[in-house]
Amino acid sequence: MKLRRKVYMVAGYNTISMGTGRSEFHPKKPRPGLQDYIKEAGENVLSHIGGAKNVDECVIANFIASRYNKQANLAAFFPYIDPELTYKPCVRVEGACATGGLGLATGIKSVLAETADVVLVVGVEVQNSVKAVYGADILAAAGWYKERKDGHAHFFPGKFSDRAGAYFKKYGREKTRQAMARWYYNAIENARLCPTAQEFENQQKKLEELALTEPNPRMFVDHLNVYDCSKVSDGASAIAIVSEEGLKRCGISKNDAIEVVGLGQAEYDLTKAPEDPVRLITTEVAVKKALVMAGITRDQLATVECHDCFTIAAIMAIEAMGFAQPGEGSDFILAGHTSRKGRIPFNTTGGLIGWGHPTGATGVHQAVTIWEQLTEKAGNSQVKIPAGKPYAMSVNMGGDDKTLVSLVYKKC
Amino acid sequence: MKYEEKLENVTVLGAAGKMGSGILFLTATEMTRQKFLPVNKNREFVLYALDTSHKALSNLTTYIREQAWKFAEKNIVILRKTYQDRADLIDNEQIIRQYAQDLLGIIRPVTRIESAFDSNIIFEAISENPDLKVELMSTINKNNRNKPWFFTNTSAIPISWLDEQAQLNGRIMGVHFYNPPAVQKLLEVVKTENTRPELSYFVTDYIKNTGKIFVFAYDVAGFIGNGYFMRDILFAEKMVNELQEDFSYVQSVYMVNKISQDFLIRPMGTFQLVDYVGIDVVQFIMSVMKPHVSKENIHSPLVDQHLHELVKGGQYPEGSQKNGIFKYEKGQIAAVYDLRKKRYIPVSEFREECDEYLGALPADWQPWRKITRNPEKDETLKKYFENLRLSKKPGAQLAREYLIKFREIASDLVKNKVAFKFDDVNAVLIYGFHHAYGPINDYL
Repeated sequence: MKLRRKVYMVAGYNTISMGTGRSEFHPKKPRPGLQDYIKEAGENVLSHIGGAKNVDECVIANFIASRYNKQANLAAFFPYIDPELTYKPCVRVEGACATGGLGLATGIKSVLAETADVVLVVGVEVQNSVKAVYGADILAAAGWYKERKDGHAHFFPGKFSDRAGAYFKKYGREKTRQAMARWYYNAIENARLCPTAQEFENQQKKLEELALTEPNPRMFVDHLNVYDCSKVSDGASAIAIVSEEGLKRCGISKNDAIEVVGLGQAEYDLTKAPEDPVRLITTEVAVKKALVMAGITRDQLATVECHDCFTIAAIMAIEAMGFAQPGEGSDFILAGHTSRKGRIPFNTTGGLIGWGHPTGATGVHQAVTIWEQLTEKAGNSQVKIPAGKPYAMSVNMGGDDKTLVSLVYKKC
Repeated sequence: MKYEEKLENVTVLGAAGKMGSGILFLTATEMTRQKFLPVNKNREFVLYALDTSHKALSNLTTYIREQAWKFAEKNIVILRKTYQDRADLIDNEQIIRQYAQDLLGIIRPVTRIESAFDSNIIFEAISENPDLKVELMSTINKNNRNKPWFFTNTSAIPISWLDEQAQLNGRIMGVHFYNPPAVQKLLEVVKTENTRPELSYFVTDYIKNTGKIFVFAYDVAGFIGNGYFMRDILFAEKMVNELQEDFSYVQSVYMVNKISQDFLIRPMGTFQLVDYVGIDVVQFIMSVMKPHVSKENIHSPLVDQHLHELVKGGQYPEGSQKNGIFKYEKGQIAAVYDLRKKRYIPVSEFREECDEYLGALPADWQPWRKITRNPEKDETLKKYFENLRLSKKPGAQLAREYLIKFREIASDLVKNKVAFKFDDVNAVLIYGFHHAYGPINDYL
């Protein structure tokens, strides 16, 4: 199935991904709240699309502010961004860490349904409101609640640690750990080029050595160390999804836009364990759907944003996307193919590990990064987009490979 | 009697004090851990928190609750397993709350010494008052049929003297915690010729189970920690006196503190550390050590003069620094107390002149916090000290002098049989005083 109407993304914006690692961050000092991030991201997009008057609909993507910030009914924050958004149709979507991707999908569908020509999508999460040990309780809601009692204290690191353990057993530990460390190195290297990244100021010299720190099961999980995990982040990302008419209304040239050419969504039963712990099967399905809809092969992609909530997830995502055979994702990374100068640069602003993972914003941040790359607006983060490869892809995963949104984008 | 049986009934004397509260908390964590072991299912564990003031004991409960929450947060991975059978406890938060409740459940805040008459173990953490220590331990010993074991937190008084005075028959051992005990990793353990071996076995297990490390010290007044620190103060004071030939008193104090902090890359300068510990506490330790150290004069006129002016230092209950040799603003040194003018002189009035005289810090210098986290610490320190060695600036020269004395004090502690070996002195300085490096080193 092809998209029945041209859909574009324009005017992306990311706030800083705030949390440990940023010099502005102090856990005991007042910080911006949910409304501040929403406003900053929303206002910046509006300023580039001719103002709120041009917006038909709004989508806010947020995983779980009701627990992190004691705040629900987030769609009603749009008039707070700009009074001209008052009385416009707004909706909030949620799908765990794929919330941002679902926000984009919702906006795309509004444009396709011709109920809107301009949709403002804002993804946001503010998670530093509680200590990580309590955040783990909140994030566990992305899994099945009946698994919480027997789950690990750090619920999702526990889930992916189990996957890493299974992967080590099947494909070998040493090389996999080296690839995980290299992934971390690449993530920080990319984040250092992006001023909004949480790891922008990271000055550690021996990154790979650090990333090879042995896991400490007594204090954390069996097979992952902290460098294998994305951090706790506050932040928002926003972008406008527009039709051809929307582009004209906003006065935006196609040179400043990217086209959405493929959308793949997939769900897996929340109450079931993964069919195969060393594969991300729902990711495979979503990516395949997106590529089929776009009518391209992965070899035509110039860059990819994948959901590296954990380094092991990145290795498995590479295999799920078909860049490497099962068990060979580590070789692909260690050969340098995913680095910013490699065959297919991944996560060019650091991904979840380097840029940050404000849960509800992540899917939108991926789209913003790709919009920056394909429109040559990525500043120091810019990678080469070869003329024969005008495509890019994002993969946004919710829970343990449960909710998936994959998008294929094309340079205009 | 087994280790866990001994732990069934414990008393902490001076439980509401700075050291006592930490020892109480650590002991409570260990007793709570024991309580959850299947083998101890039918045992009751009781921990008496003995102090003189109800108000202080009320504050102590708040402190212990906060510490228990922090401890549970840090150890949540293990605690989820501990509470695995409790179907009602699902979230980390529920488990943490329950743990804090269980830990507080074994503590009995009391003000009457009779509570200690049933205890098997007595941790003594009252002020460094030898007579009071003897009186309390002696009273408990006479009235307690369990022949209790005494573990004293004294940082200065010889254990054999306490043993003899309180007539404990070898049922005493020195277990000197560093402040704050809940955080500091290191303990100094002191046994006398009469100390019964069972006490050593017990304390070794206790230290291991509470996640601490220890060094043995000889039973010499001051042991390793204060044996070093008091002499460090006396040397700093000597340097102040020498500098006063060219500079004012406040300038000299400022410069020596700067040398011992910045040039030597320590967490705080010597005089700031005196304020942190409390000038009155330092005087007390010196007075306790003095009669036991015949060859040296462990006595500081500078300390006496401050106390004469009622300038005491020390900390407020919430942990912030009281004014002492220095006046503090937002935790930073803002002024130096002038003993002659009897008022604080702002550092801003003379800092520039002093800093100019001392000269810039040598190349490759890093602040203490940064260097302790630097994975290439040893290499960086080597380069820094080489630059310090080559520098002709007065600050670097004084720092070299200080470092040489630092090493001499440490060597003497081993030579004079206060410490068993150099590594133990280094361990005390690194883990107890949080220095970035030990005094016995190859840097200079």
